[in-house]
Amino acid sequence: MQTEAQPLISIQDLKVHFPLAGGSLFRRSRQVVTAVDGVTLDIYRGETLGLVGESGCGKTTLGRAILRLTNITSGQVLFRGNDLAHLSNSAMREQRRHLQIIFQDPYASLNPRMTVGQIIGEPLETFQLARGEAKKQRVQALLGMVGLSARFVNGYPHEFSGGQRQRIGIARALAVDPDFIVADEPISALDVSIQAQIMNLLDQLRRRKNLTYLFISHDLRAIRHVSDRVAVMYLGKIVELANGKTVYSNPLMPYTRALISAVPVPDPKVEAKRRRIVLEGDVPSAINPPHGCRFHTRCPYSIEACSQVEPQLVQIKPNHFAACIRISPEEPDIERVAPGAAPGLL
Amino acid sequence: MTDSGNGNLLSVQNLCTYFETEDGTVKAVDGISFELKRGETLGIVGESGSGKSVANLSIMRLIPDPPGKIVSGSIVFDGRDVLALSTREVRNLRGKRIAMIFQDPMTSLNPFMRVSKQLMEVTQLHLGHAKKQAREHAIKMLEHVGIPDAHSRVDSYPHEFSGGMRQRVMIAMALSCEPELLIADEPTTALDVTIQAQILELIKRLKAETGASVILITHDLGVVAGMADHIIVMYAGKVFEQAPTGELFERPGNPYTRGLLRSVPDPTDEQGSLYQIPGQPPDLAHLPPGCPFAPRCERAEEICRREFPPYVQLTSERYSLCHFANEVYAESGEQV
Repeated sequence: MQTEAQPLISIQDLKVHFPLAGGSLFRRSRQVVTAVDGVTLDIYRGETLGLVGESGCGKTTLGRAILRLTNITSGQVLFRGNDLAHLSNSAMREQRRHLQIIFQDPYASLNPRMTVGQIIGEPLETFQLARGEAKKQRVQALLGMVGLSARFVNGYPHEFSGGQRQRIGIARALAVDPDFIVADEPISALDVSIQAQIMNLLDQLRRRKNLTYLFISHDLRAIRHVSDRVAVMYLGKIVELANGKTVYSNPLMPYTRALISAVPVPDPKVEAKRRRIVLEGDVPSAINPPHGCRFHTRCPYSIEACSQVEPQLVQIKPNHFAACIRISPEEPDIERVAPGAAPGLL
Repeated sequence: MTDSGNGNLLSVQNLCTYFETEDGTVKAVDGISFELKRGETLGIVGESGSGKSVANLSIMRLIPDPPGKIVSGSIVFDGRDVLALSTREVRNLRGKRIAMIFQDPMTSLNPFMRVSKQLMEVTQLHLGHAKKQAREHAIKMLEHVGIPDAHSRVDSYPHEFSGGMRQRVMIAMALSCEPELLIADEPTTALDVTIQAQILELIKRLKAETGASVILITHDLGVVAGMADHIIVMYAGKVFEQAPTGELFERPGNPYTRGLLRSVPDPTDEQGSLYQIPGQPPDLAHLPPGCPFAPRCERAEEICRREFPPYVQLTSERYSLCHFANEVYAESGEQV
């Protein structure tokens, strides 16, 4: 449904590397954390793109890099004809009006010494959108929009529960009427009964205000529920990309399969029957990521070539992309590929 | 091993643990009862502030006093009244016969001490191991929980392990003395799903090997679905529902349980608006009269706001705290 549309944000070969401190005075350490390593991704207007992966896979860094909240090593982020990666700081500041973020921790992302009214009103002043009575009214409207009573305007963050604080954070992000919002684990810190409230609220707001989301989460159930398309990330790279339903019901990548099989299902009958693909070991370090396919150290299907060739994200089925040399459009099912064969290898 | 006749390893009756705060008395745990048989796994499900952690700290007699206090009730472990034990006797129980693992391994591992020393301390204290024996046992335990290269890693510090590995170290420590009861408080909440799957498999395997009973505390209904034999659902310090796992999921007998189950997104379902329980969890210092869940309950009627609900027995093994427990139970039966 999005294919004919123009992307709102187009990310081209984006890399974010963090040099590690260390080494001696004369010889700087050459060690680098490759947090995001060559991501190319389009985000279409009005969609929710889910970004899922384990901790340390670079999903948060990618989200922050799009908003230039972290320095970009190389690559482009195209938005409204601008390359955000190469804008001057002042030009970037103007663009920030259209690009907002909602953080994971509703306890840490609100200034405890500011009232709710000040928190939500601050961006209105920064971007000179409203002042005085107009600002007051706008703040009240925003509170209503996120389901909070207007009488909360003089309260301080500590007076609110986690779910209410997350609503305040959402109201702050919406204050400047943005086009695009990065929601970085917006529900992870919340109770189960509150998670559903926030997911529904975000979805309502998206429809009402024609917003575009990058929804970052490690929670596959939530990602599947809120996203139109889902990108799976592993050690700085996108390894699979398709619409949410397909990723969940017909994952191509061994990593995605393992990830999905690891999610506990709240149904004892399913749990009793299911065959879990338990991955061995931890995610390797992003300082010295494995050569070739970064997943080959944990992959039950890996062959010799996997440790040598870096797989590219290619279209295996219509609108379903995966980065694995052991599958190809002709043989998309890794279970059926002959042992040792690598049909995706050109 | 002695048995207290009915096969119960642990029996908690009418336990009340209150905290005195500036806001008034917080009834963190208010009259909960449950039993745990040998070799069984009990899942305790609840949101933050439901009292699930306080209940288990009470069993371990780990409630900080003041401000907390076990006000009334009884906790019988293997025929002995835990609340009547001396501090010394309790210390003998803890770590040896009852062990606990927490959500964040760093809170229970000493960051300044090598893992070897921490593991050895436990068996030296409780099993009277000599140094050499304790060290061998420590290495054996680390191998047992799947830490590769245990011989060389035993002398590492906790920060040198990854999150999943640290959780394994903590499990190794908890299981060092082959406890009869393992209390796992959100053991996988801080971990990634693939690591969570590893740890849950590990707990299952070790439980099968040693025959220990497990209390698994979690907010994740998915985790208990695959692990627990029985489940109790807590809300505002009370047990709202108690049932064998299969029955609870198939046919919830309490509006709160039903709401929780419905508010988890089902990945196999078509997208749509997700069911949500309205409102916020209650403030335990200022509970409303009547049912504490009434302000958020879709089934609530006038009586719910006025009178505290009765504990209704639905079947021989099932209870639900609700004025309309029988009706809710019947409704969920029709939906199946």
